[in-house]
Amino acid sequence: MLRIENLSKRFDRGPGHPLFQGVNLHLQPGESVAVMGESGVGKSTLLNCIAGLESVDGGSIRLRGRELTTLDEDARAMLRRRDFGFVFQAFHILPHLTLAQNVALPLWLLDQPEADADRRARAMLERVGLGQRADDWPRYLSGGELQRVAIARSLVHEPALVLCDEPTGNLDPERAVDVLGLLFERIRDAGAIGILVTHSRTAAGHADRLLSLTASGLRESPAA
Amino acid sequence: MRPTPSPVLRRLFLGSLRRRRLATALSLLAIALGVTLGLAVQLIHAAAIEEFDRGVRLVTGVADLQAVGPRMGFDEALYPRLARRPEIDSASPVLEVQAQLPEHQRRLRLLGVDVFRVGAVTPGLLPVPEAEADPGPETGAGRDTADVAGAAQAADAGSADAAADRFAILREDVVFLSPAALNRLGLSVGDRLQVQAGTQTLGLRVAGRVPGAGLDQELAVMDIAAAQQAFDRLGRLTRVDLRLVAGMDPKRARDALQGQMPAGIVLRTPEESADEVLGLSRAYRVNLTMLAAIALLTGGFLVFSTQLLAVVRRRREFAFLRALGLGRRRLLGGLLAEGAVLGLVGGLLGILLSYLLAALAMGFLGGDLGAGFFQGLQPQLRAQPVVTLIYLGLAVLAGVAGAWLPAREAARMLPAHGLRSGDESEVFRGRPRWGLAGLVLAAALVSALLPSVGGIPVFGYAAVALVLVGAVLVLPGVTPWGLRLLPVHRPLPRLARARLSAAPGQVAVAGAGVVASVALAVSMAIMVSSFRVSLDDWLGRMLPADLYLRAAESDASGYLEPAAVAAVEALPGVIRVRPVRFDTVRITGVDGPVALIARPVAGTSGLPLVAGGPPSASTSRLETSRDAAAEGRPVWLSEALADRLQLGIGDALSLPLGGRAHGFRVQGVWRDYARQQGAAVIELSDYRALSGDQRTNDVGIFLAPSAQPEQVMAQIREALDGGFSEMIQPGALRAIILQVFDRTFLVTYLMEAVAVLIGLFGISTTYAALADSRRKEFGILRHLGLRRREIGNLLAMEAALSAAIGVLVGLAAGGAIALVLVEVINWQSFGWSMDIRLPVGVLAGFSLAMVLLAAVAARLSGYQAMRQDAVLAVREDW
Repeated sequence: MLRIENLSKRFDRGPGHPLFQGVNLHLQPGESVAVMGESGVGKSTLLNCIAGLESVDGGSIRLRGRELTTLDEDARAMLRRRDFGFVFQAFHILPHLTLAQNVALPLWLLDQPEADADRRARAMLERVGLGQRADDWPRYLSGGELQRVAIARSLVHEPALVLCDEPTGNLDPERAVDVLGLLFERIRDAGAIGILVTHSRTAAGHADRLLSLTASGLRESPAA
Repeated sequence: MRPTPSPVLRRLFLGSLRRRRLATALSLLAIALGVTLGLAVQLIHAAAIEEFDRGVRLVTGVADLQAVGPRMGFDEALYPRLARRPEIDSASPVLEVQAQLPEHQRRLRLLGVDVFRVGAVTPGLLPVPEAEADPGPETGAGRDTADVAGAAQAADAGSADAAADRFAILREDVVFLSPAALNRLGLSVGDRLQVQAGTQTLGLRVAGRVPGAGLDQELAVMDIAAAQQAFDRLGRLTRVDLRLVAGMDPKRARDALQGQMPAGIVLRTPEESADEVLGLSRAYRVNLTMLAAIALLTGGFLVFSTQLLAVVRRRREFAFLRALGLGRRRLLGGLLAEGAVLGLVGGLLGILLSYLLAALAMGFLGGDLGAGFFQGLQPQLRAQPVVTLIYLGLAVLAGVAGAWLPAREAARMLPAHGLRSGDESEVFRGRPRWGLAGLVLAAALVSALLPSVGGIPVFGYAAVALVLVGAVLVLPGVTPWGLRLLPVHRPLPRLARARLSAAPGQVAVAGAGVVASVALAVSMAIMVSSFRVSLDDWLGRMLPADLYLRAAESDASGYLEPAAVAAVEALPGVIRVRPVRFDTVRITGVDGPVALIARPVAGTSGLPLVAGGPPSASTSRLETSRDAAAEGRPVWLSEALADRLQLGIGDALSLPLGGRAHGFRVQGVWRDYARQQGAAVIELSDYRALSGDQRTNDVGIFLAPSAQPEQVMAQIREALDGGFSEMIQPGALRAIILQVFDRTFLVTYLMEAVAVLIGLFGISTTYAALADSRRKEFGILRHLGLRRREIGNLLAMEAALSAAIGVLVGLAAGGAIALVLVEVINWQSFGWSMDIRLPVGVLAGFSLAMVLLAAVAARLSGYQAMRQDAVLAVREDW
């Protein structure tokens, strides 16, 4: 379970007034939520705070009962390695690794035996429809295919939480629908918690709940 | 012509050099170091040769020909015979002695001249007497300069005082010193100069100067009869300088006169005499120049690394510019211009440093860089515009050559591909070039088998360069093999292996400089180690006695009379002695003098033979038989001499001794590391019988097991009755020789260190640039849970792996180059063979150090990448 209580974050630079404050969010395994809001309101920053990549100025983030805001950098890194998955707008597939190796990367970092990691990566690629291309290099794939690889990579190590930052921002609408459908289906299958940051109400519609971020916190929004 | 570069060239290309300051600075430094070493060596050698030439001009004056013979001289009856020949206008007899100066522990070139003849042929050697009360400073450049100008006038002026003093020239106890010798020895006119003759010391009064010798030539002049008397060379000459009648062609005169010469006397032009000495040093000079050239080549590799990485980083920028209409050729030209500017600025910096280094080195070492060829010269550093321009050109060439492949890669890129994310990795895919590598290595093998050109192993050096290029070409191909050695159960090695497997070109880029520098260092280490071990072994065989006695160095004016040797042999504790006499002979087919070593060979510890053997029983009998002359007395040739004469075991050789040619037969070939010009060993008894010379230079003394060397040394001093001599035990002598050996290779070690430093620059700049270009990759890895220090470890691991592969290839290439150095270059340059010895410990330690240093350099270079904000990194568009 993810429990965020009264989270606040100030601007790192500039006047120092709050970017957001009073953010509360409770999510159960298998549940997904889409976060929308105006540009610059701090949606990506919220994701980064949850991932431990940015510090917070107040409040609490607990994952499976463990407080994240007080962890040191190494512990946060270990937590990301084990319990977090990421999907980015720009895919971020490493060009010097094959698709199977890209997907196996989180398992490598968890010291999984190479053969085991490879087997699981190929199985995951199969589930996103790229099983036949496991040994291909990323340069031969389209944007939609690359994002499928990114989804496979985000879920291969069975994380507790998957953070998605505009995952369809670089895709055409048709591909975007395919990718989002696949993403949320796999998140639910894995029993993970999914948090999606997006500007697109269509994309947000794939999540179980839709929230709007403002300077004063998160508010439930009507579904698309 | 445009006064300034176009904005495209200035802002897009040359401006890039300014933006990546570290890489630019290291590339400049690498090229500058290569130029510095090469040009400094050239400047020092050019100054030394210029000074040497001046010395030759001084002692040969206007002579057209010189009759030269063995070091110990020839019969002076030749002089009047030559002087009467119709081809000769003037002849001047000379007795040249390397006078040992016991008070100064050094030698001085002393020329005995006929003062009535010397002015006509070598006026620069004319001695000018001076009154002792002559006021004014005794030393110093200002005084000397005035002397040089004034003395000739004084000699010609014929003033009453000078005329009165001229008789001093003929006195047997006076000597005249050049201004440089006065300076060096700290003497003034009127002082006494102690010189050694045999084991005795003579005091000669400095009666004046030799002003024509200039400021840099250290020499002494005395009357020839006095010199013959003083050094017990009555009736002997070492040279006759000849001035031909007007219009006589020296070659025609030589052809006419050579037939009249006694055996062992040859006619040479002064230029040929100079070439004999310069020829000996040429191989050494070329070797040093080539080493410096390899340092410059390594600098070129570094330019290649930095330029390729810069091209990778700017790939999308170039694709965008191409899309905007920048032509392929203009892109190529712009990138080559970057390389040229690096070469030009690095070259200019190198030129500045080289003049400073040369001035510094000449201040400490004179004109000699360790091999002893130019010892004693005090050359002046002079600007060498042509050589300087050549090195500047080489620097620009290194820069352009280093930039060529990256520029071609950028120019060939399709703009549409270049604009895509991840296209940069294409550059590092580095396909194996086995075919080209095989071709280059085959060319290296063929080059190594070709003979030298004019005594210079040109093809040997070409083989070295080709092995280096071949080694760099095989890098991408061998990288997958090397990666298989990496353990894969840990995540970071797995990531590093995956990265390098997919991008072996990265290993090639980072490792090219490492391969070049390791290959150079390893080959030199193997060669020096082989040489040192072989030398040590050689010394053990050449120095079997328990104690060595000598009056002076072999070519100096000290010697031992037979009575002294007999007295030593009769001392208690002495089992036997082995006297050795050194001389030189002129042999048909060999330019320059050949060392002649007369010593007992039969029944003593043998020579370090590589072919043939010691005298057989039958040969020994022959020695004493009347048939010896008919059968040929035994001679053992050094490898260099056997090679130059193309003689083998059993071949006949004629040696001139005592003014006559005598038949010898080659009994063996031996290894000699002391005399590059070649040496022949004959039995001492043969030498004495044929030459009449009973003197000895060195005596090896074999002691009874119970004898104490120190006690025997004291007894010898007593037996020689205060005569001057030097004694040393073989251990100390061996230590001194090995010390000299190590000093000789000091410059080599310096060049090696520079090459290794440049290789490490390569690793450092490569990984600094790679770390910067991989910021996004590191960002995603941070998202996936990699810690900062693990990013640093990943970089260090990749660098260590790249370096390890580079070191392995460099070791193999270094081994091959060492073989070329030992078997081809050394042999063709010096005629020395040696046994290959691998300094395993040194190589292992060096290899490990290179890998560790590469890892540390990469980790430090990647510090910025470790510090970066992971959030910002992934926000950047890929």
